[in-house]
Amino acid sequence: MKYYDKVIFELSRPGRKGYELPVNTFGVDGEKTIPADLMRQAPLELPEVSEPDVVRHYTNLSMKNFGVDTGFYPLGSCTMKYNPKINEELCNLPQFTGLHPLQDAETAQGALELYYNLQHALSSLAGLAEFTLNPFAGAHGELTGLMIMRQYHASRGDNKRIKVIVPDSAHGTNPASAMVAGLEVVEVKSRPNGSIDIEDLKPLLDDTIAGIMMTNPNTLGMFETEIVEIAKLVHEAGGLLYYDGANLNPMLGKVRPGDMGFDIMHINLHKTFSTPHGGGGPGSGPVGVAEHLVEFLPNPRVKKVGDKFVVMNGDNSLGSISTFLGNFGVMMRAYAYILTLGKEGIRNVGPMATLNANYIKESLKDDYLLPIEGVCKHEFVFDGLKDKSTGVTTLNVAKRLLDYGFHAPTIYFPLLFHESMMIEPTETESLETLDEFIEVLHKVAKEARETPELVKEAPVTTQVRKLDETKAATSPVLNYKTLKENAQ
Amino acid sequence: MSKILENLRYSDSHEWVKVDGDIATIGISDYAQHALGNIVYVDMPEVGDEVEAGEDFGAVESVKAASDLVSPVSGEVVEINEALEDEPGLVNTDAFENWIIKVRLSDAAEVDALLDAAAYAKICEE
Repeated sequence: MKYYDKVIFELSRPGRKGYELPVNTFGVDGEKTIPADLMRQAPLELPEVSEPDVVRHYTNLSMKNFGVDTGFYPLGSCTMKYNPKINEELCNLPQFTGLHPLQDAETAQGALELYYNLQHALSSLAGLAEFTLNPFAGAHGELTGLMIMRQYHASRGDNKRIKVIVPDSAHGTNPASAMVAGLEVVEVKSRPNGSIDIEDLKPLLDDTIAGIMMTNPNTLGMFETEIVEIAKLVHEAGGLLYYDGANLNPMLGKVRPGDMGFDIMHINLHKTFSTPHGGGGPGSGPVGVAEHLVEFLPNPRVKKVGDKFVVMNGDNSLGSISTFLGNFGVMMRAYAYILTLGKEGIRNVGPMATLNANYIKESLKDDYLLPIEGVCKHEFVFDGLKDKSTGVTTLNVAKRLLDYGFHAPTIYFPLLFHESMMIEPTETESLETLDEFIEVLHKVAKEARETPELVKEAPVTTQVRKLDETKAATSPVLNYKTLKENAQ
Repeated sequence: MSKILENLRYSDSHEWVKVDGDIATIGISDYAQHALGNIVYVDMPEVGDEVEAGEDFGAVESVKAASDLVSPVSGEVVEINEALEDEPGLVNTDAFENWIIKVRLSDAAEVDALLDAAAYAKICEE
């Protein structure tokens, strides 16, 4: 692939164009009818380019990208499953794209029905009473969930519950969301296998605890086997259980958070339900709650009255957390995914994701250090190469993978180990892809033993070689102007 | 293998302390800088701020992670290492040479409760 780093303005030549405007048949001349003080004084600087310029420019830029459409993307904790194209086809139907959020509900019955049906599909998959689809992303869902938690305690006049327990292995968004929600974070220790240490939990459970945030399986991909006991202890202490849906994929259709004892949860539609992750969004983080918390769900809500779907506000709701009903386009894709898989298909997601992860783990543990033995769920963590004597780090291995055409796994998270490499293959990869990935990682381990300098120099075949990560963090160049100025 | 200096005291959160009269110089250990990787930012308090033993007084951010700085002692900040503002990577070059803050001790006895080099070395091995 050739190196390409132009911006379209560099291709611009005065007078060049790839269009012709139609003859003005309206008999109105803008220059004569628009008041002089509203007229632009200097010409608008638009790139002047031909059609081939434009097509080549954007095609070249798109080839710089790596995504689930180009190759295997085992980024742990992110559930980079393939995004079926039927999702795109359905959500581009003009009957949906032509809708305006302010139009009368009476005239948008189909869209509201979809929202309503997706709410119910998620509720039955989660084992919870009801969902709101309004939150814009996973962390936004966390914030919404914690606001529900606060609202619940406040509604009972129980105002001293200001603390949220978060495991030390949790995703960084958990403590961050708790702080934003105005709650105090208390850390509970995890055992070496990443599961919560019940003995460390017990003394924390007093009448200032609003609740606990957990993922199950936990950050190390291990199922929290004592969840029922933990739920009992937290509930007895008057707290609520929040389920971070980041790791829902292996549970899908097999185990339901509601049945484990969770009261509130969010789901990342862009993880578990195959909607795109691109460009930082849009995502969607629906929040589900058990029966006793339904009244606190955010406004507006979609309900069915008779055979009509209506948009309404609840009196005890925590208020509004989004414009209108959230990222509707994302919901449509998730709904298409659920209907495409159907009941039987959904049941296979978790087991296949789990099988794929365990297959990679067992195939590579001779070369990579597996800190926690046993059957994992959808993902697992290696603590770098087994042979540490070569000085080849997890960062080096990750960069070398790029040379072989794979996206790197998540590295240096979780912080429980120094050389974490978190691998999540998802259910949508074939045995051939998994075998190819395993073979390459074996090859990199061999290279680390025989030619460690080569691995430390990686990547060598990519458009951009090894980056100075310190400089990228301390003096980032974020726009074209600065780049050009620096080059001079 | 990371370096541990004999004449210093350590906390189990990987800060070191060197006491000279009533002034304690505080930094992070070689083990800590190694575990963090390339440090890109050191968040320090201001001169005149009070720090308390066991409480955060700042943070170190690396390309891998951000980590709180926990003060091993209590007292008033009398000096901060301004060189780290422009060149946080100095901590990676030599974590013991490039201290972070100096504190006027309000309770010298707190230093005695800290780990000595041998006890700290044991923690690093675990």
